[in-house]
Amino acid sequence: MPGRQVYLDNSATTRPYPEVTRAVLEAMEEYYGNPSSLHKKGVEASRVLGHAREAVAASLGVGTGEIVFTGGGTEAINLALKGALPGRRGRHVITTAVEHPAVLNACEQLKAQGVEVTVLPVDGQGVLEPRQLQETLREDTYLVSVMYVNNEVGAVQPLEKIAAVLADFRQGGRKLLWHVDAVQAYGKLSVRPRELGVDLLSVSAHKVHGPKGVGALYVVPHTKLQPLLAGGGQEHGRRSGTENVSAIAGFGVAAEVVAREAQGEAGKIFSLKKKLVDGVLAAVPGAILNGPVCRQDNPCCAPQIANISFPGLRGEILLHSLEERGIYVSTGSACASRKNQGSHVLKAMGVTEELLEGAVRFSLSPMTTVEEIDYTVEQTAAVVQELYALI
Amino acid sequence: MYNTYMIRYGEIGLKGKNRPAFERRLMDNVYRALKKLGSPSRVLRVYGRILVESEAEPSRVLDILSKVFGIVGVSPALRLPLEEEAICEGALATMKDAAARVLLPAGAALIFKVEARRSNKQFPRTSPELNGLIGGYLLEHFPGLQVDVHTPKIKVRVEIREKNAFVYADDIPGVGGLPVGVSGKALLLLSGGIDSPVAGWMAMKRGIEIEAVHFYSFPFTGEKSLEKVRDLCRILTNYTARVRIHIVHFTDIQKEIQKNCPEELRVTLMRRMMFRLAARIADEQGALALVTGESVGQVASQTLESMRVINQVVDIPVLRPVVGMDKLEIVSRAQTIGTYETSILPYEDCCTLFLPKHPATRPRLEQALEAEQVLDIESLLAGALERTLVEEVQQPLP
Repeated sequence: MPGRQVYLDNSATTRPYPEVTRAVLEAMEEYYGNPSSLHKKGVEASRVLGHAREAVAASLGVGTGEIVFTGGGTEAINLALKGALPGRRGRHVITTAVEHPAVLNACEQLKAQGVEVTVLPVDGQGVLEPRQLQETLREDTYLVSVMYVNNEVGAVQPLEKIAAVLADFRQGGRKLLWHVDAVQAYGKLSVRPRELGVDLLSVSAHKVHGPKGVGALYVVPHTKLQPLLAGGGQEHGRRSGTENVSAIAGFGVAAEVVAREAQGEAGKIFSLKKKLVDGVLAAVPGAILNGPVCRQDNPCCAPQIANISFPGLRGEILLHSLEERGIYVSTGSACASRKNQGSHVLKAMGVTEELLEGAVRFSLSPMTTVEEIDYTVEQTAAVVQELYALI
Repeated sequence: MYNTYMIRYGEIGLKGKNRPAFERRLMDNVYRALKKLGSPSRVLRVYGRILVESEAEPSRVLDILSKVFGIVGVSPALRLPLEEEAICEGALATMKDAAARVLLPAGAALIFKVEARRSNKQFPRTSPELNGLIGGYLLEHFPGLQVDVHTPKIKVRVEIREKNAFVYADDIPGVGGLPVGVSGKALLLLSGGIDSPVAGWMAMKRGIEIEAVHFYSFPFTGEKSLEKVRDLCRILTNYTARVRIHIVHFTDIQKEIQKNCPEELRVTLMRRMMFRLAARIADEQGALALVTGESVGQVASQTLESMRVINQVVDIPVLRPVVGMDKLEIVSRAQTIGTYETSILPYEDCCTLFLPKHPATRPRLEQALEAEQVLDIESLLAGALERTLVEEVQQPLP
């Protein structure tokens, strides 16, 4: 193993900030009380919880009463999609073909409860055409779920246009909930549910250098949501179970960084991604960027994710070859690569079978450096040439 | 309730002069396997049986014993003092326990018999007397019983030994075979597939101690596929104390073959290199044979022609225990052993990058020899062996 380690799998998970690790450790050692306990230990723990809640709320520009801590992004999404059903008359959900499996599989489960699900297609960049949403909305649509940034190709959905479509539809008193999976957008783009009129929004701590196993759902006030779990009524009755205080404390610290630096860093991350994409495409003839065109003025292009296909190669082999040189990337999303099937996202974008197999995802973070990108371009070019020579 | 296990080992009994060595090995293997319990146990040899004493949960003890090769059957038993009353009570407890597992039509009587054996002639009652005495006691204390010495549903057995009496009813079949180690050592070519772990298990069943060799082609396969091989070895350690894995760095050999040899012969040549490497490791480790999961005709490289060309590079025996099984049989055996679920995980063990579209199904030796001319075989083998890692997989002790 070479000494050099370049971690470019930040959409799978990120390396926690040292201050996050410290906060988690401190909470475990010092604030081990149960936040519901009446004594001093309980009060201290509940204070830690409160601080973290303020930080997360501030990072989203919302009130603390609107934040529900969950056991991660997947749980937040499930709570949003399944919890919304019982309080509503409608039985129709609209989502897109490129959502995370948490959304798509939750929708599958909703079908079993008699819900009709419309899955909207996307264009070649992985982007939804808002007019299609407009045409699909029905009287009995109770929920629309659209992701902010796609985890595999980094396509940014046109949330403002979607907001306009939904605002239009709601005129005349029609009620429906809008859920946004902002797991990959959080910390990279401005995430402001109130400004967009979003009702439910999911984020996850470990994608922004926080701990794993903790996330949050933003819930617009007075929204009826049936909890997934029955229990002691923590989190305003929306998520029972003793709070994961230490992880939430770490989340709070990560959220402070998000609130402070998110957009400032996005420009820097984007320029690194552009350097990577330009470098690799120039060095490897035939390589193709999947997803949005990599340009600063392209509103569909997320700053941190680049999905590149190397025709004729298997992504997995390239992944391991880069691993040998200390560079960590992924094929598709980490969850999809385990299933050994082509990515549903790339398929939805109309990517051909050969390119599907040879797709590799590079995902950057604020920790990524220019030197790392230079090294990655150089090594990718070398490795790919070596592999092409073998086949 | 049981605190003693009587182990029968039929096949060993047939081995004449070797018998003491075989018994010692079996006792050793039983003792080592029982360490997993984390509580003390005793292993004794008495009168052509092995006796295990353990206070651990009987289902755990039986589970462990059911995976020790060489055991033909196990009876969980009560070890009792040489007193009539204690023996009668023990027989009743055993009867109740055994009866709970017998399905009877409503109202039907439970047919049983008592089979007493008195090898300790100091004991004041003869075997027939004991049969009557204990049988009577059971009839009196357990409603719905009926004696029939010819077709009993339950046989309550009583053995009067020198210091203790033993009472038992169940006879749980063991896995059979010979104790691992009595037949020497062999080297198993272990891929991540379904067949090779089964082949290894079957070799172990014949008393062969196994070391494994795995050909690792990083970066063409990844750490996850290697972890899968380790997991398979871990499952095999349910049947033997430990498995050592030799992880051979195979990448450079694959690349050389890929670059320099005709496409249709790649698989044949790769297998020849694997056999050469395995034979050298076997030699070093004192292994007397290779074991593979090959089965005739399953895939292109497993035709007899292919096997012959591949086999030609080694002169130690190559055992192919699954050659007599079809795929379904192998799968079902893998399920019984517990390796199947791990084997079917999707991480590939042999990179498809290197698999030709039309491999030669009937390669000729001259073709292979000619194709190999361009390879510097000695230095390739040396390079691969130099970068071979050895790991030991052991059952974690509690």
